[in-house]
Amino acid sequence: MSEASPAKAYALHLGVIALLFVLSFLLPEYYHGLLARIMVLAVFAMGYNMLFGYVGLLSLGHAMFFAAGLYGAGLAVIQLGWSVPAAFLCGIACGAVVALVIGLLALRTTGVAFMIVTMMFAQVFYLLILYFASWTGGDQGMVVPQPARVLVFGATSLELTNPTVRYMTALVLFSIVLLVTLAIVRSRYGRVLVAIRENEERTKMLGYDTFSNKLAAVVVSGSICAASGAAYALLFGYVGSSFASVQYSILPLLWVLLGGAATTLGPLIGTLFMYYVIDITSGYTSAYLLIVGIALILLVLFFPKGILGSIRQRWLGWLP
Amino acid sequence: MADKNGFFDLSKTGLTSKTGLTRRTALKGLAAGAGLAVAPGFVRYSQAQSSAPIKIGFQSHRTGIGAAYGRWYEKTTAAAVKAINAAGGINGRQVEVIIEDDGTDPGRGAEVVGKFATQHKTDIVFGTLFSHVVIGSAPAAGENKMPYFVVSEGHHVASTKLNRYVFQPGITDVKSQIQSMAPWIAANAGKKVTQIFPDFAFGYDHRDYLPPALKAQGAEVIAQIAIPPTESSFTKYFPQIPAETEVIYHVMVGPAVLTFVKELGEFYGSNRPQLFGFIDSLEATDINSPGLEFLDGSHFWEGSPRYAQTDDSEAQKAYRAAVGIDDNGAAVGDPKDVSTAAHMFGCWETLYVVKKAMEDAGYKGPQDRAKLVEATEALTEFAEGPEHPQGPKTFNGKIHQCFGIQNISKIEGGKLKVVHKTKIEDGLYEAEGDYTTQAL
Repeated sequence: MSEASPAKAYALHLGVIALLFVLSFLLPEYYHGLLARIMVLAVFAMGYNMLFGYVGLLSLGHAMFFAAGLYGAGLAVIQLGWSVPAAFLCGIACGAVVALVIGLLALRTTGVAFMIVTMMFAQVFYLLILYFASWTGGDQGMVVPQPARVLVFGATSLELTNPTVRYMTALVLFSIVLLVTLAIVRSRYGRVLVAIRENEERTKMLGYDTFSNKLAAVVVSGSICAASGAAYALLFGYVGSSFASVQYSILPLLWVLLGGAATTLGPLIGTLFMYYVIDITSGYTSAYLLIVGIALILLVLFFPKGILGSIRQRWLGWLP
Repeated sequence: MADKNGFFDLSKTGLTSKTGLTRRTALKGLAAGAGLAVAPGFVRYSQAQSSAPIKIGFQSHRTGIGAAYGRWYEKTTAAAVKAINAAGGINGRQVEVIIEDDGTDPGRGAEVVGKFATQHKTDIVFGTLFSHVVIGSAPAAGENKMPYFVVSEGHHVASTKLNRYVFQPGITDVKSQIQSMAPWIAANAGKKVTQIFPDFAFGYDHRDYLPPALKAQGAEVIAQIAIPPTESSFTKYFPQIPAETEVIYHVMVGPAVLTFVKELGEFYGSNRPQLFGFIDSLEATDINSPGLEFLDGSHFWEGSPRYAQTDDSEAQKAYRAAVGIDDNGAAVGDPKDVSTAAHMFGCWETLYVVKKAMEDAGYKGPQDRAKLVEATEALTEFAEGPEHPQGPKTFNGKIHQCFGIQNISKIEGGKLKVVHKTKIEDGLYEAEGDYTTQAL
C-alpha cells in the first residue's frame, strides 16, 4: 500500500463531505431523510472500524456502546430535562466510561474469546436495559419529546426535527468523525494500532505498551459509537432496547466488511450500500434478506476486502 | 402496491393546444413536464384530484417476530379495503393500500413512516401492531404531520406520551382490557391471584394494571412472578406460586409458551388452580396443539372470538366470511393456518373509522391532514354493525383511544367458547392527558 500525501488524502475526504453537502439540495425528500440516518449510522460503523479495521479486534458487542450513547443522551433529556448539547456530551461520556470498563476487562482476552466476552457484556447491557424498564422504557423504549429536540444559540433556535437541520447536523457529526478518524490513522498512534494488528508480539518487543494502546482504541471506538447513538436519539427521537440487541452489534461489522475494513470511507460506503439494498429489495419481496445475503456472498467472492478495500488493493493503493 | 405513474400526459397540460409547436418548445415542454413530474409537490398535487385514490400506507410486520400477525393484518386490511371500495370508496374515491415491511423493528419502522410520507406520499399510515415499533415510529409520524392509525392494543397511545398524530380507534388498549377482566376473575375464578408474566414491557402492563383492578373488586394479587425473556424452561419458577393461589393469571408470549403450558401441566397434574390467560400467548397457534391439553377448561381473554359462536351477529358472520376464516378461526381451506382473530378485527374497524373521519373532514388530500386529525378527535362512538363487527365502542378524542367490549372464553372440547362479554364501562379509566392541547 502506497502512502498518499496528506493533501491528497484530505482533499478526497473534504470532497466527499462537499458532495454530501451538495446532495442535501439535490436529493428527493425521502432519500434526503434516509441519507441523514445513514450518515449517523456510518459514524457508528466508523467507530467499529477503528477497533476492527485498524487494531484487528473483532467485537460482537458494539451495540452496547451505541446504546450507551443512545440512552445517555435520551435519558438526560427525558428524565433530567437537559439541553441537546449537554445530553449529547452525556451520551459520549457514557459510551467512553462503558468502553473503558469493558476494555479493561475484555482486553485480557484475544481472538475468539474477545468476541465472546464482548458479546456477553453486550447481552448483560441489553438485559440491564430491560431490567431497569421503569427508567429505560424496557423493550418498548421511549420517545424523546419533540419540543426538547431543539438546539438553542442565543436568540436562535434550530429544531432537530426540521429535515434540513437534521441533515446538516448529521453531516457535521459525520464530517468531524471522518476527519478525526483520518487524522488518527495517519498519526503515529494510528501506525502503532496497525502494528498491533499485524504483529502484536513484535510491537511489544519494539517497546510499545500494546495493552494501553488497545485500551485507548477501545475507548475512542466506543466514544465514536456512543456519539452516533446520542445523535440518533436526539435527531430521530427514539431510544429503545432493540438498538442494544446483538443485531446492532452485527450490523456495523457487516457495514465495515462491505465497505472495506481499515479504510476511512469504507464504513460510509458499506452503510450506504446495505441501506439501499434493503430499501429497494424490500419493496419487491418479503424475502429481501435473502437477496441481501446473496449480495453479501457475491461481494465476499469478488471484493473480499470490501468495496473500498478491493479498490485500494487493485487500483488506488494510496486510499487511506 | 405502489402506484408508479411515471408518464406525463401532454394532452392534460395544455401544451398541445398551442399552435405552431416547434421542436424546441416541445422539448422545453417535455423537460418542464419531466421536472414537474419528479418535483416533490407534483404527486401531492395530482393526488389532490378527486379521482385519484386515497393512499393508505400499511406499515406491515411482514418479517421479524410479528410476521404471523402481519400476515393476518394484511388479509384483514385487504378484505376491508375491498368492501369499502365496493361500496364506493371514501368520499367517492377508491382506496389503495401501499405496503412496506418494517421487519417488526422500531428503527426500520420510523424509516417506513418517513418513506410513506415523503416518497409514496400516502394520505395516512396505518396498521402497526408491536408496541416498540409504534413508539419508535411515532416521532416520524409527528414530524411529518402524518396521521398514524395503529392497531396495537398497547397503552402507549392512551398514555398521551406520543403525539397528536397517533390514533388507536379500532382496538381497546391493554390497560382497559385488564381492568375489564378483573370483575369476572374476582367473581368467578377466585380472589387470590398469582401472576406469571414475561419480564418485559408487555408483562409490565399486566403487572401494573391488574393488582389495582382486582383490589377494586375485593380480590388480590398474592404473588407476581416475572420470567426473563431468555428463559426456555419454567419448572424452577413454579414452586414460587403460593399454595393458597386460587387463580394463575398468565400472559406468557413467544415460542416458549408451549413449553410453559406443558411444564405447568406436569407441575400440577390434574389438581390445578383456575387458569386465566390472554390469548395473545396463543394467537396464530392451534389451541389443540400437542402439549396444550392442560389448558382445557381454562379461560382466556379474546378481543374478538376466534371460534364462531352460536349467537354471532350477522355483521360478525359477514366479517368472518369477508376475511376468509372458518368456524375454527383458521383460513378457509387451510385448517392449520390459524388466524390472529382476537386482534386483527382492529384493522377492519380502524379503516372504517378512517373512512368516517375522512368523510366528516371532507378530506381531499394531504393538505387536509390536520382536518382529518380534528375530525377523528371529534368522533365519540361507533355502533356495532358491519363496520364494527366486534361490538360497539366509545372513542375518547383527548387520548385518541377507543374502548369496547371484551370476551372471556373457556376452552371446552378443543374450542374457545365465549362465556362472558364485558361492558364498555368496565374498561373506562381516567384520562392521563389530552392530545388536543398539542399544536397541529
